[in-house]
Amino acid sequence: MSGKVIKGGIKVQNPYMPYPVRIDEIITETEDRNLKTFKFVFLNPGDEDKFSYRAGQFAELSVTGKGEIPIGIASSPTEKGFVKFTVNKVGLVSSYLHSMKVGDIMGIRGPLGNSYPWDTLEGKNVVIIGGGFAFTTLRSSIVSMLDPANRKKFKDINVIYGARSPGMLLYRDELAAWERRDDIKMHITVDAANDPGWKYNVGFVPAITEKKAPKADADTYAIICGPPVMIKFTQPVLDKLGYGHDHIIMSLENRMKCGIGMCGRCNIGKEFVCKDGPVFTLAQLNATPREY
Amino acid sequence: MKVIKIDKKDWAGGIKKIQDSYRLFGPVKGEKFHDFKELAKGELPDLNFSNTRLSPKSIVYPQSEVMFEYSLDEKDPDHHIMKDAAKNYSPKAVLGIRPCDASAFLLVKRNFDTPEYKDPYWIRAYEATTFVGYACNNPCSTCFCTTAGSGPFNEDGLDILLTDAGDCWYAKAITEKGEKLLNTAGWNKDAAAGAVKKIESLKKEAEAKISSFVSTGELKNKKTTELYEAPFWEDVSFACINCGTCTYLCPTCWCFDIQDENSGCSGVRMKNWDSCMFPLFTIHGTGHNPRGTKLHRVRQRFMHKLKYYVDKYENGIQCVGCGRCIRSCPVNIDIRRVCEIMNSYDPKACECPVK
Repeated sequence: MSGKVIKGGIKVQNPYMPYPVRIDEIITETEDRNLKTFKFVFLNPGDEDKFSYRAGQFAELSVTGKGEIPIGIASSPTEKGFVKFTVNKVGLVSSYLHSMKVGDIMGIRGPLGNSYPWDTLEGKNVVIIGGGFAFTTLRSSIVSMLDPANRKKFKDINVIYGARSPGMLLYRDELAAWERRDDIKMHITVDAANDPGWKYNVGFVPAITEKKAPKADADTYAIICGPPVMIKFTQPVLDKLGYGHDHIIMSLENRMKCGIGMCGRCNIGKEFVCKDGPVFTLAQLNATPREY
Repeated sequence: MKVIKIDKKDWAGGIKKIQDSYRLFGPVKGEKFHDFKELAKGELPDLNFSNTRLSPKSIVYPQSEVMFEYSLDEKDPDHHIMKDAAKNYSPKAVLGIRPCDASAFLLVKRNFDTPEYKDPYWIRAYEATTFVGYACNNPCSTCFCTTAGSGPFNEDGLDILLTDAGDCWYAKAITEKGEKLLNTAGWNKDAAAGAVKKIESLKKEAEAKISSFVSTGELKNKKTTELYEAPFWEDVSFACINCGTCTYLCPTCWCFDIQDENSGCSGVRMKNWDSCMFPLFTIHGTGHNPRGTKLHRVRQRFMHKLKYYVDKYENGIQCVGCGRCIRSCPVNIDIRRVCEIMNSYDPKACECPVK
């Protein structure tokens, strides 16, 4: 974060000050046109280095004159020169953002929150389970793990990703490219397809998880990200497959403002989703009030 | 640190001198209530009060505070880029703050001054302020400071403690900041040897007048999820109308919102006090609200103050026992009662016997 305050002669970062960015590219991702990916470049050289992040973190997108929204970082730390966010059109800020154009100036503030537990995941099998548009930080994770410098740090990578229809899947070109690789096992599914050329799975994520997810063992971690209904029905499947609750990793969302654990609204018990999360193990969540 | 005697005839003159070097805040009586205001040159604080209706938190943490300014005019070279708003962090002093309210700032500091992030606005305003406390010789019936980590003569968070000794003031300098203010005022007459004893006896008398208490010792041992799921919240929250008065006047409530406010082609980004009593505080863009009922919201307020804070900082409850929320609650919700219920809660005692 870029603002500087002098305190006793020492420069202290102002955590509320966004880095100025320019919209470099806008991609409409889904057939309902409600999801767009925004690629940002930093206006000030040096800010990109300060915005050093890990997959699973988020940032506040600052639309000047409208406000800020907390959005997971969809680009991977291995991708340089830009940062990417996929935004669903929901409220005041996201709707306005959807009307903005390439070249417009705004801000991003972050990176914020913890990340997926990459130190724990090193040397392990990783099963990624995603649904709908909650696939953004999972994309960041996959791109990062598949990077030639990183792939050898992980054993098997399985990805189960579902959407309502083929046209509602995010990042379709990349999904197709990952399908062709032999170092990642893709299990793409849709609730229903009217496309006769659809060559992947049909069925809800919990059902596909039951069929395709590897059996649990001490070296296998599942990362789940998706709508509440998907999580609700996938968790019993993982229980059945024997996954321990400390091996089930989830990323939460709550209404946020500050993103730094101060403004008081996103807490679940004593933990702030913005600062102590957004990533928690199910074992951690079992010990907190379910206010998300 | 030393104790200074201030003769009452030297009071007004000293305050005038303080105002040459500090922006001075003190209690002022409105139509019915006292509240803290910035004093005009020559205006004296009115110390004939038990406590102000609102806490003095706004002296460090204004209800609305501009952080940044911006231009939306694309002809401006820096349009849409946030610029720091002008700030005044020149020395401030607050005279007549009660010890409970001063110690509240130390509790709130744990939220705004963390190892990972620093809120520059809160921290700089806090550091610019000298706190001149006013010992409570006559606490009110709703005060429970002595069991809430504070007390009528508590010195935590104060730079000076003033004691009204009848015919004169005793001013105990607690920090260097405090000594500096006393020097500025020209109050430099060492008190006679008996002063410390006199203050001590007034303190004992005041503490003995405190008639209400809370028990907090068991809170940390309770299981969060058991307290959260306890049936008593239905009863505790039943009368609540979610008006937010309690959070508004509480010296330890710090929650805030961030908003952009435009005016023509320019605008400001600001922090505004917010409240966990309001449904908009937590509602998601989808319409889902994790704290969608008043039971959720009342429970959040008490769990935050009496359980989450206790567990997070291991430094007592997030309450100093000032009693404002008890005095001003329109439906008589009493934090002392809720604290007792939580502290003594036993989930097993609530179980119905299986027949």
